[in-house]
Amino acid sequence: MKTTPDNSGDVRLSGISKTYGSFTAVHPLDLTVPEGSFFALLGASGCGKTTTLRMIAGLEEPTTGTVRLGDQDVTHLPPYKRPVNTVFQSYALFPHLDIFENVAFGLRRRGIKSVKKQVEEMLELVQLGEQARKKPHQLSGGQQQRVAVARALINHPRVLLLDEPLGALDLKLRRQMQLELKRIQTEVGITFVHVTHDQEEAMTMADTVAVMNGGRVEQLGAPADLYENPRTTFVANFLGTSNLIEAEVGTRSGDDIVLKAGDGKLVLPGARCTAPTTAGGKVLVGIRPEKISLTHADDAGEIPAGRNRLTGKIADASFIGVSTQYVIDSPVCAGLSVYVQNVERDGRLVPGADVVLHWSPAHTFALDAAQAIDAGTEEEVAA
Amino acid sequence: MPFLNWLKRRLVVIAGLLTLAYLLLPNIIVTVFSFNKPKGRFNYEWQRFSADAWKDPCGVADMCGSLSLSLQIAVWATVGATVLGTMISFALVRYRFRARGAVNSLIFLPMAMPEVVMAASLLTLFLNMGAQLGFWTILIAHIMFCLSFVVTAVKARVMSMDPRLEEAARDLYAGPVQTFLRVTLPIAAPGIAAGALLSFALSFDDFIITNFNAGSTVTFPMFVWGSAQRGTPVQINVIGTAMFLLAVLFVLFAMVLGNRRNKQKA
Repeated sequence: MKTTPDNSGDVRLSGISKTYGSFTAVHPLDLTVPEGSFFALLGASGCGKTTTLRMIAGLEEPTTGTVRLGDQDVTHLPPYKRPVNTVFQSYALFPHLDIFENVAFGLRRRGIKSVKKQVEEMLELVQLGEQARKKPHQLSGGQQQRVAVARALINHPRVLLLDEPLGALDLKLRRQMQLELKRIQTEVGITFVHVTHDQEEAMTMADTVAVMNGGRVEQLGAPADLYENPRTTFVANFLGTSNLIEAEVGTRSGDDIVLKAGDGKLVLPGARCTAPTTAGGKVLVGIRPEKISLTHADDAGEIPAGRNRLTGKIADASFIGVSTQYVIDSPVCAGLSVYVQNVERDGRLVPGADVVLHWSPAHTFALDAAQAIDAGTEEEVAA
Repeated sequence: MPFLNWLKRRLVVIAGLLTLAYLLLPNIIVTVFSFNKPKGRFNYEWQRFSADAWKDPCGVADMCGSLSLSLQIAVWATVGATVLGTMISFALVRYRFRARGAVNSLIFLPMAMPEVVMAASLLTLFLNMGAQLGFWTILIAHIMFCLSFVVTAVKARVMSMDPRLEEAARDLYAGPVQTFLRVTLPIAAPGIAAGALLSFALSFDDFIITNFNAGSTVTFPMFVWGSAQRGTPVQINVIGTAMFLLAVLFVLFAMVLGNRRNKQKA
């Protein structure tokens, strides 16, 4: 079923934007989704990701810019003339048709007479062969979701668009469907563009993630790259959790930059700094909670040299099975989070204990201090 | 008190049966008296059993003519009101236009206004326009008052419809016409059917508005009213019973069809 790579499944958005009256949902944006890739648009609600998807589908007309599929300009084609299909949020299955007819809908509209074999094969692919004659409301959420995927995929679209397809499912089913969708994508080799607000979902499934915020793409890249090297505080906070500490640029030693945070010194590889580093300037030092090790203050001498360290006091500890999540107040920064794997638990690490936080300089990154430090955190997104 | 306990447990059933009897009693009387052989010209006292009227339902002068007229008007009024009402409902739910709010409330005015007032004002309007009273004026009047009922029924259905369904249809290669025929219309159908049935029933037995605007034309309700002054032929009961039976059969048929379809699917 794999198509030969002739780039006809590329999606190219150039200068595409959408305004409603005085509100700009999507600022002019350029994006290329390579053929056969699993691409995720990630962002909080209202960031323009769904509008972008709907412009690819043809359900919204862009205010400016063009949409291309391969070499074909489809900007002004209505949705029923585009070789693109959508899996809608809440599925939008036709309630008056049974599962078979739902899946056959697209084929029938294109005048294909013998649909039985194709529909049955497609229902097998999503493991719903038995349910063909049921009505959508007789199926569970997960099954409805698979019907929606089958109904779109049977048309062999050049691009499959998924609009928060797993949003209505409970956590366990969502994990299962993530793997399922990934499997289907690998099997059929069609370009998938997936819109989600769930950063874990985006990272699990996609080859490339575009993080959107306020109608703009903040950063684009492979999940691991985005996670390890966020370029803005929004990306740092929205993808997982980051500890961001204000620091002053000190001296350079070789490839490393030495920063001053309070009384302490932090070392940072120069390559991992996206901010201007004039001596005396301010930057935000970032470190992921799972990269930090905790040592009780009494054993501070055992910490190997060359590691970045901060002192602090445990404010809160929550045990969550595989790990324990600590909140630590440090003189340079309050409310640092640290995740420690529950391998060998130190009984002294309880709230109130004095500790030293330490990590390898290689895991440190730095961002421009001229941006909101809490952009993309849960509190900020909810507000 | 075993009797009180028995009563307590069955109170809901007893109340239900009593209500049902209350609803059905008039129909039963009509049916029973359709087999009467009245002595005089009035069919109000039971004399003895006879199927004469059933053997000759059109035996009364002009009655079947008025019945046929009423049926024709009811059918055309239903078609007219359903088509117009459905379009109005879609316009009111789907589009934002000037005076939409006003239209939304004005559409319910015919339901709220006393029929007699509407009938008289319609007559004034027709007379001033120099319209010939008869079939067409009755039809226009009926479509008018049926409209609000159709709009009420269809609007409720269209409002609860997920607009994504139509987007999904368009996404799956259905053009505007196909989307309407394959998705919009089937989903709105129960509302449209309810509106149509209401229209038919309302138009078929309307008396007040019809009486004002009929000129010399006589519909079935007008015939019944007129004959009630001079004597009531048994055939009126026959027609009444037949209508009732037809309606019951129609409902049963729909139920059986629905059940069978559900079983097939399951």
